[in-house]
Amino acid sequence: MNFWNDPLKIAADWLTGVFTGWGMTPVAANVLIAFLGTLLLITILMVIDIFLVWIERKIVARFQDRIGPNRLGPFGLIQPFADIIKLMIKEDTTPQGADKVVYNLAPMLSMMSVLILWAIVPLAPVMLGVDLNAGMLFIIAAGSIGTLSIIMAGWSSNNKFSVIGAFRQVAVMISFEVPMLAVMLIPTIFAGSMGLNDIIQSQNIWFFFLSPLAALIFLIAAIAELGRAPFDLAEGESELVAGFNIEYSGMKFGMFYAGELLHAFTFGGFWAIMFFGGYRFFGLEKVSPFLAIAVLVFKAMLGYWVIMWVRYTVMRIRIDQMLAFNWKFLTPVSFVLVMVTALMNALLKGADGWLYVTGMILSNVIVGWVSLEIARSAAKQERERIEGPKQVVEAHH
Amino acid sequence: MNEWLYVGLFFIVGLIIPVGAIAVGWLLGPKKPNPIKQSTYECGIEPVGESWVQFKAQYYIFALVFLVFDVETVFLFPWAVKLGQLGLFAVVEGIVFILILVAGLVYTWRKGMLEWV
Repeated sequence: MNFWNDPLKIAADWLTGVFTGWGMTPVAANVLIAFLGTLLLITILMVIDIFLVWIERKIVARFQDRIGPNRLGPFGLIQPFADIIKLMIKEDTTPQGADKVVYNLAPMLSMMSVLILWAIVPLAPVMLGVDLNAGMLFIIAAGSIGTLSIIMAGWSSNNKFSVIGAFRQVAVMISFEVPMLAVMLIPTIFAGSMGLNDIIQSQNIWFFFLSPLAALIFLIAAIAELGRAPFDLAEGESELVAGFNIEYSGMKFGMFYAGELLHAFTFGGFWAIMFFGGYRFFGLEKVSPFLAIAVLVFKAMLGYWVIMWVRYTVMRIRIDQMLAFNWKFLTPVSFVLVMVTALMNALLKGADGWLYVTGMILSNVIVGWVSLEIARSAAKQERERIEGPKQVVEAHH
Repeated sequence: MNEWLYVGLFFIVGLIIPVGAIAVGWLLGPKKPNPIKQSTYECGIEPVGESWVQFKAQYYIFALVFLVFDVETVFLFPWAVKLGQLGLFAVVEGIVFILILVAGLVYTWRKGMLEWV
């Protein structure tokens, strides 16, 4: 077996040989190899995280018509390393009256909840951490640890703004989980499985073309889940100062910040996996697993780019507008979409390829257009109720 | 080996990295606490009143509605997995299930429970 075709199995077999040669039992050798594998993956992720900081700062600068860091190293590439060193040598203050255990645990849990998501991400057809058959549910479960860490951070900081910021942020995050879960049902219906590898393997046509509205709703709900603009009222640098982050300094703040960027990259990856074919690219992934990883990272970067684009373009939304948008628009639309998709899937099951795709796209377009019309007429009624009906202005000669 | 064991291993290794980073920060940083540095932040003034503000009841309502819909979607996942192999009956049954819960959402909406204030 060629090394380039199946590197993980070759390395694992060789290491098993080495370890049992040293006298370990096969079970212990397996556990040690799994441990080393996870350590390697998480180290690579942290390196990617460092470069995400650089990408974020350069791109926000370009959106704001400036250059961004360019002093340290070529194109400012050493800047994130300088940032890490700065954060590490800062003093580790704890505000008085804070709950020490919870206060220190919160940033660790926040970063951990992002890192464990990569256990199920399929990097290549033969390279993935665990091929869980309940991958979709694992994503949501791991995401809820992040939500928990925000409440822990806010509550334990002994600061009013922190508490209010954390409550609001968590209210937004749990509210937007409902439409996200509902549209995560749609790739499951198409693929017939919850496992992420199965979802990628069954995307002969990208699910984005089968259900564009689901991809859009997933993007919106994921941006709200991440706590990024336009939904970042808790961290908004001009709202509640810094929300649950107020009393954190040094590496603990670094964990929150880097965790948020890595979380955004991870959800860019999930958007790519669920709707854009993951590591598949017209058969390129069968050539070598490394090409598959490159395709997945490229698509995840594109997803991350869209998330950043939205962040630096759209204004921040108020919390009551956010919650009204979620419960009165997104949740009904996403459930209607699930029902319509299930119905169309059953009706068009035996049909030809093109008929299926066209039927699905049309049903999505109709659901989206009808819901926008309903929203528009409701908004018009609301506006007329507040301002009075529009007067027709007579032209004065 | 059991695949959930790998997930558990990921939990442990995923905790090592942040704990290690924060520990390095604790080791390398100066330790000079003084009361002014450690007082909580309130836009430059001394903190007024208790820091644990009154809990708005509206958060509880949103959490309840979230709970209902979360449990509903968890029940819908097995339905979605097997939808390809079951007939039209399963589709109609799933639609009736979703409609019952959407009726619950409409009820909360009409009762004014989804307002922020």
